Amino acid sequence: MSKLLFDGPEWTFELLSKAHDAIEEIAIEDLGLDVYPNQIEIISSEQMLDAYSAVGMPLMYQHWSYGKRFARDEALYRTGRQGLAYEIVINSNPCISYNMEENTMAMQTLVMAHAAFGHNHFFKNNYLFQQWTDAAGIHDYLAFAKNFVANCEERYGVDAVEEILDAAHALQSQGVFRYGRPPRPSKEELQAMQRQREGYESQQSVLELWADNMGTRNDPSAAEDGELSARRGKMNLPQENILYFLEKHSPVLKSWQRELLRIVRYIAQYMYPQKQTKVMNEGCATFTHYYIINRLLEKGLISEGSYMEMMHSHTNVVLQPEYDDPRYGGLNPYALGFAMMQDIRRICEDPTDEDREWFPDIAGNPDWKSVMRDAWANYRDESFILQFLSPRLMRKFKLFMLSDDAKQPNLVVSNIHNRQGYRNIRSALAQSYDLAYLEPDIQVDDADLSGDRELKLTHAVRNGINLDPENRDEVLKHIRRLWGYEVSLTARDSESGARISHATTAA
Amino acid sequence: MHHFIDRRANPKGKSLGNRQRFLRRARENIKKMVDKSVRDKSVTGADQGDGERVTIPAKGIKEPFFASSSKGGFRQHVLPGNKDFVVGDTIPRPKGGAGGSGKKGSEDGEGEDGFSFTLTRDEYLEILFEGLELPDLVKKNTVETETVGTRRAGLTTAGTPNNLNLVRTMRNSLGRRIALQRPSSAALKALQDELENLESIEDESEDHSARIVELKEKLAIMDRRRKLVGYIDPIDLRYDTTVPEKIRNSRAVVFCLMDVSGSMQEREKDLAKRFFMLLHLFLERAYEHTEIVFIRHTHQAQEVDEETFFYARETGGTIVSTALTKMREIIDERYPTDEWNIYGAQASDGENFGNDSVKCKDLLFDTLIPVCQYYAYVEIVGENDEKLLSDREEGADLWQNLREVDQSFPQFEMRRVAEPGHIYPIFRDLFTANKKERAS
Repeated sequence: MSKLLFDGPEWTFELLSKAHDAIEEIAIEDLGLDVYPNQIEIISSEQMLDAYSAVGMPLMYQHWSYGKRFARDEALYRTGRQGLAYEIVINSNPCISYNMEENTMAMQTLVMAHAAFGHNHFFKNNYLFQQWTDAAGIHDYLAFAKNFVANCEERYGVDAVEEILDAAHALQSQGVFRYGRPPRPSKEELQAMQRQREGYESQQSVLELWADNMGTRNDPSAAEDGELSARRGKMNLPQENILYFLEKHSPVLKSWQRELLRIVRYIAQYMYPQKQTKVMNEGCATFTHYYIINRLLEKGLISEGSYMEMMHSHTNVVLQPEYDDPRYGGLNPYALGFAMMQDIRRICEDPTDEDREWFPDIAGNPDWKSVMRDAWANYRDESFILQFLSPRLMRKFKLFMLSDDAKQPNLVVSNIHNRQGYRNIRSALAQSYDLAYLEPDIQVDDADLSGDRELKLTHAVRNGINLDPENRDEVLKHIRRLWGYEVSLTARDSESGARISHATTAA
Repeated sequence: MHHFIDRRANPKGKSLGNRQRFLRRARENIKKMVDKSVRDKSVTGADQGDGERVTIPAKGIKEPFFASSSKGGFRQHVLPGNKDFVVGDTIPRPKGGAGGSGKKGSEDGEGEDGFSFTLTRDEYLEILFEGLELPDLVKKNTVETETVGTRRAGLTTAGTPNNLNLVRTMRNSLGRRIALQRPSSAALKALQDELENLESIEDESEDHSARIVELKEKLAIMDRRRKLVGYIDPIDLRYDTTVPEKIRNSRAVVFCLMDVSGSMQEREKDLAKRFFMLLHLFLERAYEHTEIVFIRHTHQAQEVDEETFFYARETGGTIVSTALTKMREIIDERYPTDEWNIYGAQASDGENFGNDSVKCKDLLFDTLIPVCQYYAYVEIVGENDEKLLSDREEGADLWQNLREVDQSFPQFEMRRVAEPGHIYPIFRDLFTANKKERAS
């Protein structure tokens, strides 16, 4: 009698459930994954487009930029220039994943292994998600945000809300705490916040209650030299989280407007770990589905045909075109993540002398599964690459490094995959995944509320890479709208401190 | 633990609100592109299809952010696929980015010059005809052609039995029966059964007969209550009611009159069709039902279908008045003027036979313009005929005669076109809101 979970392309809920249980057994018993309960939703392609446009969230407040995204995705999809993702998965408890009704049963199986177990495990166990996101509370928060924005639109008009949201969106990447979590509000503060949200008509900002309690935490010597330091200390300057600063200190914002900034900031912060773990997250999910479908085949639970179908899709996903291939568009996070994880397993199971030299801690470790779980839990892309990218893999990908110095007429090949190059390539690649390094370093430097009230921002320019001036000026206008007074941005070289440029909203 | 949820039945279009916000935001840009698209569009199939693809410049719908410049400074890139580079090799800097990785495209492709998406047909037409309306005088005429219909208007307590609203009546009845404690049939039946039961038993005991008496009394009370509190009472009754309502007659017919004599070539016909197409699209939005009548003429006129109208080839002399006569005949036959809004659109190259132009004028004066809401004459002139394009005074026989009509009737308009780009501006000009008011 056939043990096959399913036969043929059509899926039914019974088959899905059966497949889910078979996958779960492998994922939990065999791989030792630890997941949130799964909520798997079957949606149509239209709904998938909807989900795309709202940055993958099940609930989102309304804004034209999501409409724009929808319009573009829809056009690309309808003209066949872009397929739809097979799945979307949300970092929440229970873990919600969307599967498309168009998928065949084999694809649904693959997608469940990938999303409902791979991503799910990663979300639940990676330290960044654990520290920074509240998987259980996100749905309630999004529901609150959606209602709040809708109510504001009703009260103050779509234009007034759009003005604030546009400005806040422009500052999304400057709306996260990169290094330290802000102090959690105390119980009293939370209650005050709740009261304020309920009666957000009130002009007086209760936010001030806890606005300044970050105070001199970072800078105990603040009070020492004079007014400037005292002020900077009081406003907790310098501050890299511009949205947070504006929310707390803008002299012109009404309390509902502050709440809008807070919503954008909160969601940006919730998404921030995802931006930092693309390679690892996709690698984890891809490794997981690959392992599971192979086990399913070994156990005789899926047919050769289904396996081939899954492998076909898997191969497409992990394809890495070379730099001179017209399809090349940078390193594919699926390909890199999957290859590195396969490599970790290999280093454990079948290490070479080189591996023993480079990875003395894990080479030959009999329990590769726990090594893998440990890697998934304790790294982000940058540190993961720095720790685990092996010379063998660099050779396999034939990685090389180009140095691009604007002062030179040509690009220079500075390292290739050889003994001298491994460490340099590895650290350069790792750095290219470090958001704190990739995103411009801009901080609020000073704002004299009792003086001219000009908001002074500083951009620490690394390696002579300045801001794109057109974008910069547009964003400054947005900040001016939120701050109410002039805003200036001074670019200084991060090493010498020399002033490079100065932009201001003053006419 | 897991569960599956089938969301497919959930409403689509969750992002409709976002889409509307986006269209609103990008309206200026979209409008320009829509205007351009109708100008450039090929003639065939232009008014079919479910949507309209537009590409608008990314400017104006940009979402700025602090982005690193793609130029200058020092950067390092790691790339896969080295074949034969060794350290120290130099490669010329590719234009517009280093090795395909120097320039980091923004997440949502805003680096691109244009932004393509598809408008639904309704969105397209709405934007296309934004700000256009039928001139005021036409609206007045439209209001006059109202008929009377009926509309449902809730419930009343009086009416005829055929309008009885059973559901509401029974609901009232039930409420009243509960409130007034009308004994139910079941309770009545129970007592009757018990009584019958007792009576059928031969028992002379006092208890027994006392119980029978008691039951009889209860039954009597119950009977009385049931008579007092009727099953249905006149106060329960509710009737559907309707009120008379004026219904705007929303039917329109567009007469497309085209000269197909030898002098009208493909170019001229193409221009004519663009105009007819716009007129049709526009009226289709204003009225529930729009019909089109195609009339073509050489030295004789005939009513034809669309295909023949635009593509059949026929040559002959030109007698414009034949088309006007034909139009009048068709109106008399099929389109009673008190029920139909009648529009005329005529395209010609302005050449006419002998003194037929005078006849045209008379026909328009006497029989056609008075029954038309609007009549537009479009003369198609040579591409380089600057003199005719710039000077309204100039023109051949037909033009001169129609000018007299123009001066006497506000609902008559005449324009000249020479290339596709002219059509839409002229169309807008003809239908811009309150045009006549402003002119006068």
